[in-house]
Amino acid sequence: MALTMYPAICSLTPSMARLTSCYFSTSQKLYEIRKLARMRIVDNSAIGKAAAQLGKPPRVIYVYNAKEVGMLGDKVLVTVKGEMKRAYIVGLKQKQYPNVPRMDTNNIVLVDDNGSPLGNRIMVPIPSALRGKGGDLTKILSLATKFV
Amino acid sequence: MGFKGLFESGQGFTMTDVEGKLVPERGRMDVEGAFTHVSSSQVNVAYKSTHVINYKRTRAEIGQALRKKPNYLHYDLVDKHRSSPLQKGTDNITVETDVKAPRDYRFIMPEFMPRPHFEYRDRVLEKLERRDMLRRRTVINIPEFYVGSIMAVTVSDPFAPNKKNRFLGICIDRGGHGLKAYFVLRNVVDGLGVEIFYQMYSPTLHSIEVIRLEKRLDDRLYYLRNCPLEHSTFSFDMEPIALPRGAQVPVNTLKLKLNPKPWDERWERQDLKGIEPIELTPKMIKGIQKVHNASATPWKKHDLMLHYRSKVNEEEEETIMAEVYKENQLLESMRKTSKATLKKKK
Repeated sequence: MALTMYPAICSLTPSMARLTSCYFSTSQKLYEIRKLARMRIVDNSAIGKAAAQLGKPPRVIYVYNAKEVGMLGDKVLVTVKGEMKRAYIVGLKQKQYPNVPRMDTNNIVLVDDNGSPLGNRIMVPIPSALRGKGGDLTKILSLATKFV
Repeated sequence: MGFKGLFESGQGFTMTDVEGKLVPERGRMDVEGAFTHVSSSQVNVAYKSTHVINYKRTRAEIGQALRKKPNYLHYDLVDKHRSSPLQKGTDNITVETDVKAPRDYRFIMPEFMPRPHFEYRDRVLEKLERRDMLRRRTVINIPEFYVGSIMAVTVSDPFAPNKKNRFLGICIDRGGHGLKAYFVLRNVVDGLGVEIFYQMYSPTLHSIEVIRLEKRLDDRLYYLRNCPLEHSTFSFDMEPIALPRGAQVPVNTLKLKLNPKPWDERWERQDLKGIEPIELTPKMIKGIQKVHNASATPWKKHDLMLHYRSKVNEEEEETIMAEVYKENQLLESMRKTSKATLKKKK
């Protein structure tokens, strides 16, 4: 059986290799916020709303930390409608620490160069763990309507 | 002179009488040599006489004394100790537990069961963890709940104004062994799905309430992420509904319809009972077949050792659950008496 099969396999090998080998990653999703990750703007800033209407989500082009992987409360640089804007991550799809909520979408809040938010309201719940971080985040947290 | 001869007889000289004719020439030469240095040899004698060696030992005896000693006690030695009259009355130390836990007890508190993998078992650690868990249960009431129950958890939050944070949601997962037991709650807040992972025995938990006690058809409900949001939306001020006493836990046989693709996982490949049948595309069918082919191991059902090792054996399970049950009975009785005393004070 094996002997008769062997030539057949040999003749098939190059094409089979092309068929069976994968050119994409099949590892588990990590949902890490790296460069070119798509986000969702959750404040009511004009530019964020316009981007949502166009159906073009903002993309991360830089993460302001040493690891260059965005975590909860990190500052990122995003492109929105062809403009570069700074933003803070306020919700992640990735698995979080115990008692820290994991959201269904990756949420950001846009800020200007001084660190004050562009919108004046945040429509989604904010993780309560961000309250201990301080810095520019306190300005964002003052807009939040609900904490989880 | 006679003493000197006696001493040296150990070193292989066949000397019986120093002044006799039987003494070999070599021996006499040595003795004469020794005789000339009496003062030095006398000192040596005093020094060497501290070593008492039994030269009458046979070769076999020496071998026995120098043999490699094993790292354990010989069984006969232990058995002799066991059967000695001094051991009388000590067999009362091991008290057999007559209390037996109900058969479904392990489903109510599955986290008390150890991890079945035999390579990672550590019975001392398990025992200590069980004790710690029971100690934690004296402080916090961890009720009976299942995947699919609606629960509310209050956690201490140092940054919240009232130092507490309450979250309510449906339990979508439960697992872990020992102190690492966990559960996951899901709810939709302001149109955004939120999931929180809680460690069951974490000291930051203030309370765990069960709002609605029920089961679902699956062990994990992560597919709620890809279902319409209304299925995982629950009001934060839901009133707890108590089941009538002695009633069985109801099973919610709700079948959900998944959103159109893209999905977080390939739900069609997981044998899910809580979702409506999916319209399978040829690609999906191929994927399902691939998974089935990969896991096709018809010999596994005959592998007795595999079955035995895949779970904690029944006798051990019974002893563990009996121990937990006994402790819990004690705890409940203590709680009742404390409640009664509180009532009396009022």
